[in-house]
Amino acid sequence: MTVFQCILLLFLIICAVAASLSKNLLNSVLIFMAYSLIMSVIWMLLESPDLAITEAAVGAGVTSILFFVTLNRIRSMFKNANDKKKKEAGDESEDQSTP
Amino acid sequence: MNRKIKALLDWIRTGQEVFNGNMSVRRVWNDPARVGEVSKEEHEEHISLVKEKVYDEENNSVLKRRAAAYRVMALIFTVFFAVVLVLTVSYMPPTGEIYKPDNNEVSARYLEKGLEETGAVNAVAGMILDYRAFDTLGESHVLFVAAVAVMVLLRVDRESKNKNRLGMLDLEDDTMYEPHHDAVLQKVAILLVPVIMLFGIYVVLNGHLSPGGGFSGGAIIGAALMLYLNAYGFERTEKFFTEKVYTRISFCALAFYALAKCYAFFCGANGLNSHISKGIAGHILSAGLILPLDIAVGCVVACTMYSFYALFRKGGF
Repeated sequence: MTVFQCILLLFLIICAVAASLSKNLLNSVLIFMAYSLIMSVIWMLLESPDLAITEAAVGAGVTSILFFVTLNRIRSMFKNANDKKKKEAGDESEDQSTP
Repeated sequence: MNRKIKALLDWIRTGQEVFNGNMSVRRVWNDPARVGEVSKEEHEEHISLVKEKVYDEENNSVLKRRAAAYRVMALIFTVFFAVVLVLTVSYMPPTGEIYKPDNNEVSARYLEKGLEETGAVNAVAGMILDYRAFDTLGESHVLFVAAVAVMVLLRVDRESKNKNRLGMLDLEDDTMYEPHHDAVLQKVAILLVPVIMLFGIYVVLNGHLSPGGGFSGGAIIGAALMLYLNAYGFERTEKFFTEKVYTRISFCALAFYALAKCYAFFCGANGLNSHISKGIAGHILSAGLILPLDIAVGCVVACTMYSFYALFRKGGF
């Protein structure tokens, strides 16, 4: 059991670091989802099934979906496709300026 | 340096623009006095050229220094907080030890007398919906207030929605990315949505008997609603879930919660005999107020999760 827990904790740390280091925001959200799933298994092993269910439903489910929708809203999910579309539409190029 | 300060003072005294005539970022193509001089495309090309030059990190020493300082500071900040947090954790007592400070008479009372006093087999449900029901009321209100705040920020008002439908406004809408009548998604949804929904209802209704409860069950129901919305689009969901339905369900659930707990607190504080029986422990209709309160919390959470999603998607229901 302890070996399993150690592996899970290791995965948890790897996921937490990878989510913050990933350049692509979509990948970050996916890694965050994996983090929540691992966390819910850890809650289960810590004998708190209530928290495990909530973590799986809210952390891995609803929050990630809201993140996806937000990424879609701020146009960074399909970056290249949107850039093309933007150029075709002839939008102002000022709002892309990021120093 | 001296020249710059002089220019600044001149600008303050006379109100004359320092860079007037030297540099311009005005939209020349829009200016009726200078029409035909520069086309829109040319102008934008010039602006992007200037931007490339200004924000070119390799040649701009200020930007270069700032980026380096930013990286170093971020590293120092992260390492500092990581060390502080790890040190804090190392002082905490290990899990499951008997001498831990939170193994005191409060939790002992919850575990020993919980079943007797609340009638809930699941000690956690007895704790959050009976002993500490006031906290849960606050949490439900926090969710409701969050939904209201999102609504204030993201809602598209009715007037511009109508205009958008008529093609008078070009509002941002992400419905173009959504698959229309995706056969795979619809078939999967038709199989999964009832199962997820039933599971959510089961989790809500069995909150006092098994793990789960209002919050997690409500989140599961909300996820099922989102899946349904994704598969069948807003036309189908708007038939049964509109803004009016959302406000009514949330208001009724929160008001019921508050009134029920008022009654329980009033009875408990004055030593009156509450008319809500505890029932037989382990039965579905037991544990007094916990089951109806669970249902109320589940309604609020499910509606709020769905409304978050709908508001994020298109600023309305």
